[in-house]
Amino acid sequence: MYDGGKILTGLVIGIALLTFPLWYNLGKAAKVAEPKLTPKAEQAKYCVEPKEYMVAEHMALLDKWRNWVVRDGYRVYVGFNGKEYDMSLQNTCMDCHSNKKKFCDECHNYAGVKPYCWTCHLEPKEEE
Amino acid sequence: MRINRRKFLKIASISVLGFGVKPTIDLFAGHEAKAKIKQSPKALRAKRWAMVIDLRKMNEEIAKKCIEACHRFHNVPHIPDKKREIKWIWTEPFEHAFPGQSHEFLGTELIEKPVLVLCNNCDNPPCVQVCPTKATFKREDGIVMMDMHRCIGCRFCMAACPYGSRSFNWMDPRPYIEKENPEYPTREKGVVEKCDFCAERLDKGLMPLCVEASEGAIIFGDLEDPESEVRRVLRERYSIQRKPELGTGPSIFYLI
Repeated sequence: MYDGGKILTGLVIGIALLTFPLWYNLGKAAKVAEPKLTPKAEQAKYCVEPKEYMVAEHMALLDKWRNWVVRDGYRVYVGFNGKEYDMSLQNTCMDCHSNKKKFCDECHNYAGVKPYCWTCHLEPKEEE
Repeated sequence: MRINRRKFLKIASISVLGFGVKPTIDLFAGHEAKAKIKQSPKALRAKRWAMVIDLRKMNEEIAKKCIEACHRFHNVPHIPDKKREIKWIWTEPFEHAFPGQSHEFLGTELIEKPVLVLCNNCDNPPCVQVCPTKATFKREDGIVMMDMHRCIGCRFCMAACPYGSRSFNWMDPRPYIEKENPEYPTREKGVVEKCDFCAERLDKGLMPLCVEASEGAIIFGDLEDPESEVRRVLRERYSIQRKPELGTGPSIFYLI
């Protein structure tokens, strides 16, 4: 092998650089997100759908909500327990989940997603 | 039981078909929430919403009240720069609002008063035709609606609208909103906005804000209903529309 030494050194450095994020973060698991409910949300016991569904599918549900409301003019959602809700992120969701930082952002930051809801929709004023 | 080659192939092909269909059905029916949506029983309905503005009753003071009520609720920013301002409802001099109806010798008091103008929510809206993403569309009740989630800010609609009813957000509007209304969203940089006849209020059974603030100078109702009040006043008094010759079919009428 011509220039074997150089090639091998290059390979080692290359592999080391590529795998840097893996071994750099080894053993340092990021803190698992623990979204907190407000007392109001806690008291309500139910969201518009069962908790498991909301955890997994809230983004899909919100997407449907906005189409139903804006495009089809339907504004009332009948929850799984028969209760009726005004389909509104700002006025319904955030009324219970008024702690955006501890509820929404907690998971979204952990999962590395940046929903752009809040460029238009106003987030509730939170006390620090 | 002996299975011959022919029978085996039949069963096998049907089974494969079955396995193939199941996931497809699951995909569509799957773990979907059993969605039940409805309109509020209080919702106001019409076949075609229309507005009649009585120019005799309307004056500068009332117009100001209408504008304020609208802009405050809808979080419309107040941007002093005329080139970048945002407006849903505003006033124009008579000759600007009705260029075809005006001549230099018009001199009645009516002509000197500012005319309240807003989106005409046209029957044949050119903005809807040009929108490439269907962000702007016509509802079944005639309201020309904006879906801000879809607007890409191409401004074709602004070029198409002959009334200048649409405003573009050249920058983040939030710093220019005096007092944010937490019940209504703001807009963001890069989207077009306009009046939507307070669609969200109609859906809740409330009249548009400008109608409420107008002290009777604005009448709102169903143009397709011969018994409605808008039809009654249009029968009784002479009315004009803005640039009707363009064929947009404006849903706003002005009583002279």
